[in-house]
Amino acid sequence: MADLVCENLSMTFTNPQTGAAVHALKDINFTLKKGELLSVLGPSGCGKTTLLNLIAGFINATDGYAKLGGKTIDAPGVERGMVFQQGALFEWLPVSRNVDFGLRMKKNNPEENVRLVERWLDIVGLQGFGDTPTYQLSGGMQQRVALARCLINDPEVILMDEPLGALDALTREKMQSLVLELWKETGKTIMIITHSVEEALLLGERLFVMAPRPGRVHKEYRLPFAERGLKESLREIKHDPYFSEVREEILTMIWDMEEEIMGRA
Amino acid sequence: MLEWLSDNRASIAAVLILAMIGTFVWSIVIGRRQAKLTANDEVFGDPVRTKGGWYWAVCGVSALFLLWSYYSWGVGRAYFPNAANEMCQIAKLEEAVSPIKAALPIGSRYYKSTLLASRNSDQLDDLEAQLGGTVFADAEKSELLDVIGQVRELIANSSNPTNMGEEPKAELLSLAERLNDLSSDIAAGPHGLTPSDEALAQPKWGTTFTEIPILPITERGMLFDTASVEAAEIAAAFNKIRNKFPANDVLIDDIKTRIDALKEINESGEFDELDRADREDYVKAVERIFKRLDDGLIFPAAALEDVGTAIANLDAAASDAQGGLRYADALFFPGPGIVKSRTQCTEQGAARWLPKPTDVVATFARLANPDVENGGGYRGFPLLWWDWLPIADVIAFFIPDWIADVWPGEYASHGPDGTITPNFKDNLLAFAQGDVSLGYIPMLDGHIWDSLFRVLVALGLGIFLGVPLGLFMGVSRFFKSFFDPLIELYRPVPPLAWAPLILTIFGIHDDGKIFLLFMVAFAIMVISARTGASGVLLSKIRASHSLGASDGQIMWNVILPNAMPEILTGTRIAVGVCWGTLVAAEMLAGTTGVGFIENIARTVSDYELIWVTILIMGVLGLVFDLIMRWIIKRTIPWRGMG
Ligand SMILES: Nc1ncnc2c1ncn2[C@@H]1O[C@H](COP(=O)(O)OP(=O)(O)O)[C@@H](O)[C@H]1O
Ligand SMILES: [Mg+2]
Repeated sequence: MADLVCENLSMTFTNPQTGAAVHALKDINFTLKKGELLSVLGPSGCGKTTLLNLIAGFINATDGYAKLGGKTIDAPGVERGMVFQQGALFEWLPVSRNVDFGLRMKKNNPEENVRLVERWLDIVGLQGFGDTPTYQLSGGMQQRVALARCLINDPEVILMDEPLGALDALTREKMQSLVLELWKETGKTIMIITHSVEEALLLGERLFVMAPRPGRVHKEYRLPFAERGLKESLREIKHDPYFSEVREEILTMIWDMEEEIMGRA
Repeated sequence: MLEWLSDNRASIAAVLILAMIGTFVWSIVIGRRQAKLTANDEVFGDPVRTKGGWYWAVCGVSALFLLWSYYSWGVGRAYFPNAANEMCQIAKLEEAVSPIKAALPIGSRYYKSTLLASRNSDQLDDLEAQLGGTVFADAEKSELLDVIGQVRELIANSSNPTNMGEEPKAELLSLAERLNDLSSDIAAGPHGLTPSDEALAQPKWGTTFTEIPILPITERGMLFDTASVEAAEIAAAFNKIRNKFPANDVLIDDIKTRIDALKEINESGEFDELDRADREDYVKAVERIFKRLDDGLIFPAAALEDVGTAIANLDAAASDAQGGLRYADALFFPGPGIVKSRTQCTEQGAARWLPKPTDVVATFARLANPDVENGGGYRGFPLLWWDWLPIADVIAFFIPDWIADVWPGEYASHGPDGTITPNFKDNLLAFAQGDVSLGYIPMLDGHIWDSLFRVLVALGLGIFLGVPLGLFMGVSRFFKSFFDPLIELYRPVPPLAWAPLILTIFGIHDDGKIFLLFMVAFAIMVISARTGASGVLLSKIRASHSLGASDGQIMWNVILPNAMPEILTGTRIAVGVCWGTLVAAEMLAGTTGVGFIENIARTVSDYELIWVTILIMGVLGLVFDLIMRWIIKRTIPWRGMG
């Protein structure tokens, strides 16, 4: 029963210039069951990254708590894997050494490492790239390496902060399919942050739309598209009338939030 | 072989210079042809226009070589190998007549007599003007005025041609005649003069430290050398002539008695101390001027005319006798030429401090010769060679003596029969002091190696201690705040400012210099490692944490590699700065090393040696930098790709 539970999770920063309190998150409550796929959407600065950092254990909440499998989170751990937007690969290591980094850190058997690396490179579609320096890979391939590096550690939850944000549209679509496949095959709990409404709809079995000041979950959806995306082409799904309807609704919601921020500013 | 090369350096240079002129012209031709080929493909400012172009490099290098050869008189020596010797003989003549010229408006603006008369008259005017304000009684004042007037009269008498005695007149006339005879001798040419065997046996120009052979080795040289002997005699005679005549003798005696009387009054009278001092000063000033004039050195201008004309004739004759040498001098020996001073002839101008290319190579070859017994190396130590090093010395270098001291137990003392049986503690001490024989290993040796060794050890220590500290300073508030003030306090001080202190504390041998260089390298390494460590992207650190790496593992596997570009750049800078500091430190103190050689060369003004050391340092510095660049290229191809 490795559920991710957040209860009254709150985070207040002090603005380093003015000293004023910034309520980045206030009273976040949700439970993410094992194997669920959650996407988080919201205007810039509404606390998405902060939420993810709290769950990853990089920062500590000012109030409330997050628990994974009944254990309160207070530090980073291998059971919560991270995929960043970009720049988190170790450019001085070739692909295979990046992928087995976690295994090497826990002094795993080197022969087994080789086998696992091969398998995971195969899964993310990078067979034969083991010895390539990461800086010679395209952006999409680099994110595949980041996925493999995270998954090889067999985490219970995978946390992704705008993992596809820096990719071009075509690569992005391929990577979205890959994420769905991985989700299906591994049955991992995945929490993915994005600023693209379409992506949030496609990759969200559940979807949170967050609102700023204070950062909070504004609206929650349960959507069928991720499940369908495993069988159908993503492009077809995008033409589904229900898809368009939800997309318009969320777009309006975020538009209004942005208007409000502007008005207040 | 080397000997032969060294002796024929002028001819070798002649060939080289021709080859370089050919190369220079050829590279320009190629360069212009290439420029035409690409002229239409590239617009101005296109970075492609800086690519390639080796022919311009060839052009630049050959131009530099030619300029160097020209200004160092390398060209002159190559094609006129005897010129310096002949110019030396001419310089001898010049030196011989210089006392006569000094009295004439040749080489200076006025007759020496004119200057004497005008300066002393001015001073007399000043004294007269001051007289009113002095403490002398009125009677004394008029007496002093009188004396000053008499001294003036002395000048006037000497300057009047009608007063001049017959004897000095005749002497001057005869000297003028002798000078004219000398001129005709020179004009007649060097008939029957042959250089002595001793002269012909002299080493060639530039092959020894004496540089220019001083005895004449050509007929023309003989002519000037002989003339210079006669000229020196004439000059000596000229210096003895005095403008003396009865009228002035009487005047001089009178002035002397009157000044003595004044001095007598100053001494015996009852004056207070200050007044007495003033009086004495004034009378002394008058006496000083008088003394300058009483030995007959002022001649009427007309009396010196004949000698002046004779000297001008002599100059003309000498100039004619030089023949083609005059043009060679003007064209190929830039600068003031050659000057003879007491015992040697020396090159003046650029050639004095800029040695000829071939001489630099020859000096380097002499230094590089490892055969120390036969004049190789420098001060009995080779430049760069190898030697057998006792292994025990190496071990003793790393094991400090105090380890033996703190080892439990006592050192052995001599027994009742006077013998000593060493125990383990004694043996340990012998080990730590290198007093054991463990065999030998081959080891580099020589001045260059000593310098290299100091830099490498200091750099190694600096990296070994500085990088870890820098990394910790990049990640820890404690380390950063604790060590930052310490390092920032000593680092801005120029390393050489520390040198006197450190050399006193550690001694002038390797320890002190290594410590000084270590200080330099350490600060640079700390700062660069710290910059590298604090520049790690936060997402990389966070990713490693999530992948289960411990703090130590992150330090070693993420922060260190990430800081590698800065560390290597720091090392590259440290190598350069250490090298520069080392040479300066060796110049301050020490007995070996490249800087030491230059320091000694400096004190004896051996410019060839100075240039050789400069070139050695430049080349080694370049080699260091190339090695570092190669290492950087090999180890961090990913630099800036993250
Ligand atoms: N370390 C911090 N110090 C102060 N304020 C912060 C800090 N990190 C984030 N914030 C503030 O918290 C709010 C939420 O930030 P973030 O979670 O990065 O937003 P998002 O990822 O949704 O764009 C923003 O207003 C931001 O300025
Ligand atoms: Mg964000």
